[in-house]
Amino acid sequence: MSEKEIKNLEEIFEQRIARDEKIEPKDWMPEKYRKTHIRQISQHAHSEIIGMLPEGNWITRAPSLRRKVALLAKVQDEAGHGLYLYSACETLGVSRDELYEQLHSGKAKYSSIFNYPTITWADMGAIGWLVDGAAIINQVPLCSTSYGPYARAMIRVCKEESFHQRQGYEIMITLANGTPEQKEMAQDALNRWWWPSLMMLGPVDAESVHTEQSMKWKLKRKTNDELRQQFIDQTVPQADLIGLTIPDPDLKWNEERGSYDFGEIDWDEFWQVVKGHGPCNKERMSARVSAWEKGEWVRDAAMAYAKKQEDKKLKKAI
Amino acid sequence: MEDKNKIQYIYGIADNALILGQRLSELCGHGPNLETDIAMTNMALDLLGQTRSYYQYVAQLSGEGKTEDDIAFLRIEREYKNVLLVEQPNTHFGYVIVRQFFFDIFHLLLLEKLQNSEDDTLAAIAKKSIKEVSYHQRFSSDWIKRLGDGTEESHQKVQEAVNHLWEYTDELFHSTDDDKIAVENKVGVNTLDLKEKYYQKLREVLEEATLDIPETKWFKKGGKQGVHTEYMGYLLADLQYMQRTYPNMKW
Repeated sequence: MSEKEIKNLEEIFEQRIARDEKIEPKDWMPEKYRKTHIRQISQHAHSEIIGMLPEGNWITRAPSLRRKVALLAKVQDEAGHGLYLYSACETLGVSRDELYEQLHSGKAKYSSIFNYPTITWADMGAIGWLVDGAAIINQVPLCSTSYGPYARAMIRVCKEESFHQRQGYEIMITLANGTPEQKEMAQDALNRWWWPSLMMLGPVDAESVHTEQSMKWKLKRKTNDELRQQFIDQTVPQADLIGLTIPDPDLKWNEERGSYDFGEIDWDEFWQVVKGHGPCNKERMSARVSAWEKGEWVRDAAMAYAKKQEDKKLKKAI
Repeated sequence: MEDKNKIQYIYGIADNALILGQRLSELCGHGPNLETDIAMTNMALDLLGQTRSYYQYVAQLSGEGKTEDDIAFLRIEREYKNVLLVEQPNTHFGYVIVRQFFFDIFHLLLLEKLQNSEDDTLAAIAKKSIKEVSYHQRFSSDWIKRLGDGTEESHQKVQEAVNHLWEYTDELFHSTDDDKIAVENKVGVNTLDLKEKYYQKLREVLEEATLDIPETKWFKKGGKQGVHTEYMGYLLADLQYMQRTYPNMKW
C-alpha cells in the first residue's frame, strides 16, 4: 500500500470514530491503534487477574458463610472479567499465552493498587467500596469506547463492578455500625486504602503521557484529574454517612467550585509501587507465575487428551 | 426421630460440603487456567450454598437461637463429622481432581436417595443439589480422563493421587448410630446400598482413563466420629479465625 493510500484509510478511520461508529476486529485500523488497544485491554485483563489475589487472601477466613460466598463469587467475577477482556484482546491478533508471557516477565503492567496487602477483613470492604468505586469511574466511559469488542466487554464488567462496589460499602456500613473494634478496623482500612485509591486514577494530567491520543480514540473521555475529583466528590459523603473520617486534613468543601479541595498526593509512593517496589509486587507476581507453572502439566494433559480424542474420531471416519 | 439425632445425621452430610467447599476456596485465583479456576470456584459456591441450607435447618431444629454461622464456625474439631477424604489437602491438581471425583460419585448417589427422605426439608435440599452435583461429577470425571489419558506425566501424577486417596473411600459407607436411627426413621439413606454402584462407577471411569485400581484392603476412618487427620486443625484455624478472634459480633 502506498503512503497516500494509508493516509486516506487513516482519514476514513478517524472520521468513523468521530461519528461514534464502532471499529470491529476485521476492519482496517492503524497499527498504533491496534497496539494501544492491546496494551490497554491486556493491562486491564491482567489487573483483574492479579486483583483476585488480595481478595482471595480472605476467602478462607471470611467471618460468616454469607460473606464467604459473596467474596468467592466476587473473586470469580474478576476471573470472568479477565476472561472476556483477554478474549477481546485476542481479536486484535495476539494470543492469551503471549499476554501471559508479557505479564509474567514483568513487561506488561497491571493496576498498582493490587500491590498493597490485605491485612484485615475490613480491607474487603474498603477494596469494594474504594477500589471498585474508582475502577467504575475509570471504566464507565469505556462502555462507549470506539473498539467494539472492548466496549461490549466493558458493559458487562461495569454492571458487575457496581454490584461489587455496593457490596463493599455494605461491609463497611456493617463494621461502622458494629462494636468499637469493628469500627476501628473499618477506619484503619479506609486510612490505608484512601490514598492508593486516589492514585489509581492515574498521574496528574501534566504527567500523563497517553491522554491526548486516548481522548481522540474514546479510550478516555475525561482527564485523570477530572476523574479523581469526581471520585472524591462522590466518596466523601459516603464516608460521612457511616461516620468514618477521610484521612486528609486538607479536605474541605469548596463552595465556589462545588467540589472538595484535597491534600497533596504522595506521588513518590505511587512511582515506587509502579516501578515494582510496593509492599506486595513480588508476592503477587510470584503467586501468578507459580500458578501458571504448576498448571503446565495440567494444560499439557488436556491438550494431549484432546488430540488423542481427535485422532480416534478421524480413525473411525476412515 | 429425636432432633438431636437428626442434627447429628445432618452434620454427617453437611460437614462434607463445608469442608470440601473450604478446600476448594483455597484454590480460587490459583487454578491451572482461568476456565478451570472459574469451574472450581463454582463447585465451592455450590457446596457452600448447600452447607448453608443444611445448617439453617439445623439451627431451626436446635432451637437455641443458634445461627448457621454458630454451626459452621464455633464447633470444636471433634464435633465436625465430615469424612477424612474431604479434608485432604490440595497437594497438586491431581489430588484435587481425584478427591473431587471420589466424593462426587458418592454425593450424587446419596442425594438421589435423599430426595425421597420423609423429612421434607432434607428432601428439598437434596433435590435442589442434584443438578449442581451432577455437574460436579461430570467435571471431575472428565478431568480424571484427561489426566489419566493425557501425557505420561499427568498419568503418573493422577495415578499417585488415586493410590493415595483410595484408602479414604470406604469411610463414605460407614454408619454412625445416628445414621442408623435416621435410616430406621426413613429420614436418612442407607449408604451401604450405594456401595456397589459407587465402586462400579469408579472402576468404569478409572478404566477409561487408563488408570489402575488400587488393590489395598486397608482403609482409613475416623472423620464420622470426629477423629480427624492432622490437616483438619489448620483448616479450622483458617475457617474459624474471625469468629474466634472477634466473638459475638455481626459481620
